[in-house]
Amino acid sequence: MNLEEYKGVYVFAQQVDNEISSIAFELLGKAKDLAKDLNTEVTAMLLGSGIKGLADQLAEYGADKVIVVDDPELKDYRTEPYAHALASIINQYKPEIVLVGATAIGRDLGPRVSARVATGLTADCTVLEIGDFPLQAVPGQEQLHNQLLMTRPAFGGNTIATIACPYNRPQMATVRAGVMQRIEPVKGAKAVVEEFNPGFTPDNKYVEILDIVKSVVDTVDIMDAKILVSGGRGVGSPENFKLLEDLAEVLGGTVSCSRAVVDSGWKPKDLQVGQTGKTVRPNVYFAIGISGAIQHVAGMEESDIIIAINKDADAPIFDVADYGIVGDLNKIVPKLTETLKAEIAAAK
Amino acid sequence: MKIVVCVKQVPDTKGGVKFNPDGTLDRGAMLTIMNPDDKAGLEAALRLKDQYGAEVTVVTMGLPKAEEVLREAMAMGADKGVLVTDRVLGGADTWATSTTIAGAIRNLEYDLIITGRQAIDGDTAQVGPQISEHLNIPVISYAQDIKIEGDSVIVERQYEDRYHVVKAKMPCLITALSELNEPRYMTPGGIFDAYKADITVWGRADLKDVDDANLGLKGSPTKIAKASDKVRKGAGEKVTLDADEAVSYIVDKLKVKHVI
Repeated sequence: MNLEEYKGVYVFAQQVDNEISSIAFELLGKAKDLAKDLNTEVTAMLLGSGIKGLADQLAEYGADKVIVVDDPELKDYRTEPYAHALASIINQYKPEIVLVGATAIGRDLGPRVSARVATGLTADCTVLEIGDFPLQAVPGQEQLHNQLLMTRPAFGGNTIATIACPYNRPQMATVRAGVMQRIEPVKGAKAVVEEFNPGFTPDNKYVEILDIVKSVVDTVDIMDAKILVSGGRGVGSPENFKLLEDLAEVLGGTVSCSRAVVDSGWKPKDLQVGQTGKTVRPNVYFAIGISGAIQHVAGMEESDIIIAINKDADAPIFDVADYGIVGDLNKIVPKLTETLKAEIAAAK
Repeated sequence: MKIVVCVKQVPDTKGGVKFNPDGTLDRGAMLTIMNPDDKAGLEAALRLKDQYGAEVTVVTMGLPKAEEVLREAMAMGADKGVLVTDRVLGGADTWATSTTIAGAIRNLEYDLIITGRQAIDGDTAQVGPQISEHLNIPVISYAQDIKIEGDSVIVERQYEDRYHVVKAKMPCLITALSELNEPRYMTPGGIFDAYKADITVWGRADLKDVDDANLGLKGSPTKIAKASDKVRKGAGEKVTLDADEAVSYIVDKLKVKHVI
């Protein structure tokens, strides 16, 4: 493998129902940083059926080039045709770096493609940067420059590891959603659009989709919320979440929750913050009646301001809270809602 | 029907985490359990066995001590256990792990391979799909329901906001979510039998169609540059207040930070 042949930062621009997923914009934002350090370009790989029109949007978020594979076989996500398309692009264009979102699609597609093109894949990265491998020069070992250093949590957030893929290309990573920052879109930006047809030959690996069942969600995605009012088991009952919903409404925020709440059946899974739920980084995160298990903290500790209310003074949530209040949420939250309502009305 | 289930012995994260000097995990120094998603995969296989009749073979790769999870699986109802263990396989990343396990499975007959979605130590979810690629069979990840229909499986494949009902011809690999089921307990008779049962132990030489260049630490494309305990942001203020004080405290902070 001639590593020098591999150039450019490539991003899998995930779309679902012909709508680009927010992770794609986040990856483009990060790819732009990496491409700048490497003095190279950002390419988005857009796969789907009837999706050519989406290329401009990718340009606005930082893609210099968009490779489009548009084929009816790619209408709804299936591992094989998507893996075939992505692996074919990699073999043809030889990217230096390939980023894929660590979504339910990307965590299936990434490993399948990495195995097909015989390279390493680092899962669920939260930090990506360009640097040296080994980090410090080691006598007798060549120190390689301009490597992708991929940092990821493991053990439920107990440890972090920084990983490189020094002798294989491309360097592949799946990237956790909600961690990388998208750029402010540049209206009217255009990318070089290139259509690519790898050819599809359906076989046994092309599984058949018999049905698609969408869950009924009418709430805002908690990953997009600027203010989250999050409740844990300490809220006491599903009915009592009304207190949190009222507070969220006054602040223009959204309600989220801990795993315990989902496990108890009080709230649906897509509102769950944490290791097995979603990673969020709102401007303000209210942790109300949440003890702060390490798996929960892993999903919210990057929030700008964390305000915790808990009656247990020893709750671990206070170890990450900027402002921790030991007190009774049943008394504090309704009063807080009322007071904020008055404050906000007065400010208008 | 023949089902192969891949399981991993993982450190119980409640017991703390220890590292070797080279940054890889010191697995020998930690308490261990059968990985929860894998256990759900095993349970799914055992239910298919109960329903349709099947031979369930459990495969694990690890230190000799990983034999424990095979005996646990057999005490739950699995028929055979295969331990893949060899010094040269140590330090493998997901690529080298998947080439190893695929090399072991090539010796076995199978209609279905079930793995857990991900292990609680690495959290990568990569080994299952990578095994399927090496074996050139379809993969259905994130299964929340599995049924058999003739020579096909019908699986509910979970996504963030939906699920697909997917049909695939066997042989096929499925990765199981722990939400799939509630694993059964070991039975006293099962424990007794499992304790006596023969475990097949395979080393490097028993792996089929695998190049040395794709095994162990050396055969791992990804290299650990650094590993450490996570440095967390320190605690901020903690105050004990009655409701009125708490409200003015919070409102004050929200104003200072220009939230309101």
